[in-house]
Amino acid sequence: MAILRALGKVRLVWETDPRKDPNPLVYAILGIGAIAYPLWAQISTGGQGDFLISVLADAGVYILLAIGLNIVVGFAGLLDLGYAAFFAIGAYTYAFLASDHLVVTPLHEAIHLPFWIVLFVGLFVAAAFGLILGAPTLRLRGDYLAIVTLGFGEIVPRVFKNLATWTSGVNGISALDKPVLPVWLNGPWSGDPLAFVQNFKIISPMAFYVVIVLLLGICVVLVNNLRHSRVGRAWMAVREDEVAAAAMGVNTTRIKLLAFAIGASFSGFAGSFYGAKLSLVSPENFGFTVSITILVMIVLGGMGNIPGVIIGSLLIYAITFLFLPALPPLAEDWATSLGLGGIVPASGDWPGIGQEVQRLKFLIFGIILVLTMLLRPQGLIPSRVRQQELLRGAPEDQTLEDVTAETTA
Amino acid sequence: MVSSVANARARLMAGTQGRLLNATLFLLIAIALIILASKIPALGPAYFIQIVVYGLANGSIFALIALGYTMVYGIVELINFAHGDVFTLGGFISLSLLPIFGLSEGGTVTGFGLILPLLGILVISMIVCAVVNVTIERVAYRPLRHAPRLTPLITAVGMSFVLEGVMFLWRGPFNLHYPNVLPAASIELGGAGGPAITFKDIAVIAIAVVLMIALTLFVERTKLGKAMRATAQDRDAAELMGIDINRTIAATFFIGALLAGAGGMIFGLYYNTITFDQGFTAGLVAFTAAVFGGIGNIQGAALGGLVIGMIQSLSDGYFDTAWTQVLIFAILVLVLVFRPTGILGMRVPEK
Repeated sequence: MAILRALGKVRLVWETDPRKDPNPLVYAILGIGAIAYPLWAQISTGGQGDFLISVLADAGVYILLAIGLNIVVGFAGLLDLGYAAFFAIGAYTYAFLASDHLVVTPLHEAIHLPFWIVLFVGLFVAAAFGLILGAPTLRLRGDYLAIVTLGFGEIVPRVFKNLATWTSGVNGISALDKPVLPVWLNGPWSGDPLAFVQNFKIISPMAFYVVIVLLLGICVVLVNNLRHSRVGRAWMAVREDEVAAAAMGVNTTRIKLLAFAIGASFSGFAGSFYGAKLSLVSPENFGFTVSITILVMIVLGGMGNIPGVIIGSLLIYAITFLFLPALPPLAEDWATSLGLGGIVPASGDWPGIGQEVQRLKFLIFGIILVLTMLLRPQGLIPSRVRQQELLRGAPEDQTLEDVTAETTA
Repeated sequence: MVSSVANARARLMAGTQGRLLNATLFLLIAIALIILASKIPALGPAYFIQIVVYGLANGSIFALIALGYTMVYGIVELINFAHGDVFTLGGFISLSLLPIFGLSEGGTVTGFGLILPLLGILVISMIVCAVVNVTIERVAYRPLRHAPRLTPLITAVGMSFVLEGVMFLWRGPFNLHYPNVLPAASIELGGAGGPAITFKDIAVIAIAVVLMIALTLFVERTKLGKAMRATAQDRDAAELMGIDINRTIAATFFIGALLAGAGGMIFGLYYNTITFDQGFTAGLVAFTAAVFGGIGNIQGAALGGLVIGMIQSLSDGYFDTAWTQVLIFAILVLVLVFRPTGILGMRVPEK
């Protein structure tokens, strides 16, 4: 008990003392982890680690999405429930501009733009849609924005699904171009003499992994700078008190629109990358569940704080795409090793332990969400500002009792 | 001082802008109606009446769900994502109660032998749903009442997953057949071959109307209803007047879920099929209805539900089923852009 109490005290000091900032530590761990992971994956599987690396590259796309949504929700305080719509727009932009698909549409002409250009086309197209949607709606109060984005997020995948002459409907568009590096430095590390190689096709998961890690690094630096810039401070001012921000000379509508468009552009960018990596887009991949998953990632990690958001994304990605699918075989193994082999196969009404655990997936994910929010409403690694607010109490929302309850808890 | 100047300016701008936006909205509605009117004669009046009846029944169900959304949003400003799943739960519970009360597909019981068990099942399903919803509020929302605003939203999503998970575990992932226990009798308007109004249509609409009248009376005439309205308007002031806030909020969740549970059962009776995740889309559509009518406004939610149900059946009947949902969510976006307070105006004060 005493140890627990002491630990709690350490935690409290750590979290309230403004000099103790966990962020550099988290960045360091993430950086080392990003380098060490592929090595570990290859060594632990004896050179068969491509799948593991590919999984983390996919997770990287979600981290990119979460960082973008964090600008909208965490920095500017605008609730966006349809973020996957921009993701879809980016992915379909890639599908149209970098595949043979347009041949079978009324256009009858394939377009093959280079990967790097389409990434930015996707970015701008998504940003444009963000502006179109945001301009009329950002005048509204926060919750209405949430509902409008929710509606938009429901509309976009359905439109892609229904416009079958252009998008192949539910089948989606497949065989998208693989990214190509225009000039690639080849060298002794690949067993060849040092030479410039034209048109290096990125196919291996490792190449995707390197690209996404580099992109993430650039994005983190950019967003961190953005956050401490004039624009970033304006976002936080708008988030805390819109009227006061307006009185201080912040053009609130413009600054909110900017946050919304930048957030959308991140999503479009990630969407194009995702399309290229998967080489397939389908309307089923961009539903409300995706929007909510990304939102959960940032809220769980700690809204407004980029290291927190990255950790949250990794955790949720691991839970939804690795832990939950791995549970059924795990349960079967356990049942067998505990001498309960009889419950493994299906019999009568009993679907078998694997199937049963498979069915538990929703339930487990829901319980994880509820519990983490109840135990840690500020997120795993909250931003310093928010942490202070929560512990010291916002002026009107909290009573003294709440504050003492929270600090002693 | 600053805020009052800003408000005055906003109001001034809203005056001129608002008129323009309203004009645009009415123009859009007029265009939609003209397109619709041009399609109606081709399929004949009988088909049209059939579609309208279907729309009313459909709309009654949406209205019942929308009421729960609007009441909860009005009082705690939370989009209760679990509400749609509470609606589904109503269907699941009543489905398992049917054989216990001796009702089955093509059963021969009629008259009071049918109505009394049905009423019993309805009441039990409603109460179970209400208890579940109050428990959700107690466990997942109340401890977070002072947390950042997004936090309860996430737990709401979590509770929605939990409910879906429970129902998935209970009856599996497939469409379940809901026995058709209501008599197949129908009134044929204009002789044989005319549009038929079935017993089902009438039963669904009747149950919904009775429940909605009861709710309106409750909120407007009883002390607890008054407490709800007071809490929605200003929680702190209501607390100072001696209203037990926790009890009032719990009561709101209770009543909202009563209606959703009833909606779930009549959905099953009407469509004869239920799925564990139907509450998701139904909930979104019902939420659209609540926004359409003006969130926080009870009459608005009822009207919004009917209008959305009607739009859905007209779109299904005269356009393309695949585009119906797109149309409904487009309406949601347009209503919010042009008239954020909904058609009847919201009752939630700006905070």
